[in-house]
Amino acid sequence: MARRRKAVLRDELITLAHGAGGKATRNLVEALFLDELGNEVLAGLGDAAVLPGAGRIALTTDSYVVHPLEFPGGDIGDLAVNGTVNDLAMVGAKPLWLTAGFVIEEGFPVADLRRIAASMGRAARAAGVAVVAGDTKVVERGKADGLYVTTAGVGTVADGVDLGPSRVEPGDRVLLSGTLADHGMAVMVARGDLQLEAEIESDTAPVHELAAALVALGPALRWLRDPTRGGLATALNELAEAAGLAVVLDESALPVRPAVNAACEILGIDPLYVANEGKLIAIVAAGAADEALALLRASPLGAEAVLLGEIRAEPAGLVLLDTALGGGRIVDMLVGDPLPRIC
Amino acid sequence: MKYVDEFRSAELARGLSAEIASLVRPGETVRIMEVCGGHTHAIYRHGLEDLLPPEVELVHGPGCPVCVIPMGRVDDAIALAEEPGVTLATFGDMMRVPGGRGSLLEAKARGADVRMVYSPLDALALAARLPDRRVVFFAVGFETTAPATAVTLLRARSQATPNFAVFCNHVTIEPPLRAILETPGLQVDAFIGPGHVSTVIGTDAYRFIPEEYGRPVAVSAFEPVDLLQSIAMLLRQRAEGRCEVENQYTRVVRPEGNARALAAIDETMELRDDFEWRGLGTIPRSALRIRPAFAAWDAEELYALPGIRIEDPKACLCGEVLTGQIKPWECGVFGTACTPERPLGTCMVSSEGACAAFYAYGRLRRPAEEPVGA
Repeated sequence: MARRRKAVLRDELITLAHGAGGKATRNLVEALFLDELGNEVLAGLGDAAVLPGAGRIALTTDSYVVHPLEFPGGDIGDLAVNGTVNDLAMVGAKPLWLTAGFVIEEGFPVADLRRIAASMGRAARAAGVAVVAGDTKVVERGKADGLYVTTAGVGTVADGVDLGPSRVEPGDRVLLSGTLADHGMAVMVARGDLQLEAEIESDTAPVHELAAALVALGPALRWLRDPTRGGLATALNELAEAAGLAVVLDESALPVRPAVNAACEILGIDPLYVANEGKLIAIVAAGAADEALALLRASPLGAEAVLLGEIRAEPAGLVLLDTALGGGRIVDMLVGDPLPRIC
Repeated sequence: MKYVDEFRSAELARGLSAEIASLVRPGETVRIMEVCGGHTHAIYRHGLEDLLPPEVELVHGPGCPVCVIPMGRVDDAIALAEEPGVTLATFGDMMRVPGGRGSLLEAKARGADVRMVYSPLDALALAARLPDRRVVFFAVGFETTAPATAVTLLRARSQATPNFAVFCNHVTIEPPLRAILETPGLQVDAFIGPGHVSTVIGTDAYRFIPEEYGRPVAVSAFEPVDLLQSIAMLLRQRAEGRCEVENQYTRVVRPEGNARALAAIDETMELRDDFEWRGLGTIPRSALRIRPAFAAWDAEELYALPGIRIEDPKACLCGEVLTGQIKPWECGVFGTACTPERPLGTCMVSSEGACAAFYAYGRLRRPAEEPVGA
C-alpha cells in the first residue's frame, strides 16, 4: 500500500509554506511546474537530471535567497557553490562546471559582493569545479533584500552508475554522513531576532568526495540525497513514498551537536526537520554497510558518520522512529516552515 | 544534553512502565486525560503509549492554546492585519489557523503585514523599529503566556510606546476543565495537570477537581519520564484510596503559584463576561480582556473589529476531541479533508493539537486509517 498519490495544488497565492521544502513545496513542484514543464527527464525529480543521448551528463539548478547573507560557517557564496555541487553528487555525478546568476539590489556594497564572490571562488576551487558562465541583474532598492544567487551545475556520470529510489530494497541500511541541523540552526541564530546566543556553525561543504567514495561500492550503493530544506525527515519521506517502502530510524543513533540540540529544544524545533548543507544520506545494501561507514569516516567531512536505520517492506511509504525511550512513532514530512529563507 | 537526558532515560522509563503495569488490574480501563497540549506532543513524540499497559488509556484534553481559538477571532485578527498601517505580530502556530476567511498566512500572501514573533516583547521591540506603523500583538494562550503579555503591556505604558497594541485572547484553564467535568457521561478517571500553567497559578488551583468531582490530579512536567511518573502517581493514589492534587513538577511548580506573575495579569487584565471557545461554545468568565486603564494599547478599543461568530465546519469534531469524547481518528474528516497542510479544525494546526500530534506521530497505531489524501 504505497502512499504515492497525485499532488494537488489548491492554493490561490504563493505563501512561505511553498518554499519550505515540505508538502506544499512538493505540491507546487508536481502540480504546477511538472504539469506545465514536465518531460521524462524532469519527471524523475532527482537532485539533478541525468541527460540521455549526450553521453551521461547531469544537470541541476538552484537559487539561493538565504538571510542573512553571511552567517557563522559560511555565506550565500559558498552555499551557492556547495549546494549545486552536492545536488550533482547525489546522482553519482562528478561535478565539473557551474553557471552563476546574481540578482543584486541597488545600493549593495561592492565590498560585500567581492567578499561573497571570493567565497564562491574558494568553494569552487575546493570542489574542483569551474564557474564558466554568469549573469548579473540589478533591481531597485527594496526589491531583492541584498542579493540572490542562482547557480546551475553540470557534471558527468560514469557508465553503470544508476542511483534512485527504485534500486532500494528491504533490508538495505540508512547511513548519514554527520551531525544534523547545523546549517538551519546556525542561520536561525545568526538572524539575531531570537536573542539566543549559541556557537553554532553552518555545515556548508561539498560532499562530492564522500559521494564518489560510496559510488565506488558499485551496485551496493542504492540512493543518495543531501538533506537540505525540510531536513532528514522530509528527504526520507520522499524516499519512502517513491520507493513504496518503509524507513525505520533509531533515535538514539541520531547525531546532533549539544549546542544545536539545546537551541532546538529551547525553540521547540525538531532537528529532523532542520536543513543541512554539507551532509548526505546514503542507502546501501546491508552487506556493504560497514564498508560504506568506514569509507565515510575516512574523510574529515564524514568523521561523524553513523548507521541510522534500515529499509523495510512495511508499512510502505512511511518513515518510523524507534524512540530512545523504547517507543515508536511516525516521522512525517515537514508541514509549514520553522524558518523561511535558509538557503 | 544536561538537564534533559536525565528525564529521557530509557532505564528510568522502563522502571516506571513496570510500576504502572503493576498498578492496574488486567482487563480494566483507566482513562487519564492530559490537559495540556505540551503533554500531548511529548506523549506522541517519544512514543510513550508504547510503554503503557493496554489498561491505561490517555485522553487528550483542551489545553492547546491555538486549538481553542474560534474562527471568528481569527477573522478579527485578519481584519486587524488588513487595517492600513497595522503590522500584526503573532506566534508561528497562529499563522496557519483557519478562520472563515482563510488563515493569517494567506492574508500575508495577499499583502497584509503579518510577522512571526517568539514573545510579545519581540512585538514591542518591533514597534520601536517601525515607528510609522502600529504593531498589534495577537495574544493567545492560557495563564502560561498571559504574564508575558501583561509584562509587555506594563512596559509599553512605562515606555509610553504609542504604536503598539494587544489583541487579547488569553483564556483561563479552570472553566474548560469544569466544562469537561460537567460533560454528561464523562469517562475520565484522572487528570495529568498542566505544567507550565501551574508555574503561574499553582497546584492549589486544581483542588476543585478532587474535592468537587472526585478525580485525582498530578501536575506534571513535560519530559517522558516526568509523564510516566505522573501516571504512576495517579494510579498509586487510586491504589491507596487517595484522591488529591499531587505535584510531580516540584522542580518548578509551587502550591501557590507565582505571585508576581499573577499580580501582573491582574494589573493589566480582567475577566470577560464570556468568551467563545472553539468546539466548546461560549463559556462565561473564561477569558481575559485588557483593563480600561490600558485601553490605549487595547486593539479591541482602538479598532472596530467584525466580531462575527462563525460556526465551526459541520464535519469538524474539534469540540468532541477537545473534551476527550472521541479520539482524533474517530473524526470523519481526520486525515482526509483535514490534514496539517490544510487544516479544517484547529486541533490539526498546532503540533500540540491532539489531531496534529496524532497525525504526525501516531497513525501507525491505527493501521486501518485510510492513507491521507491530498
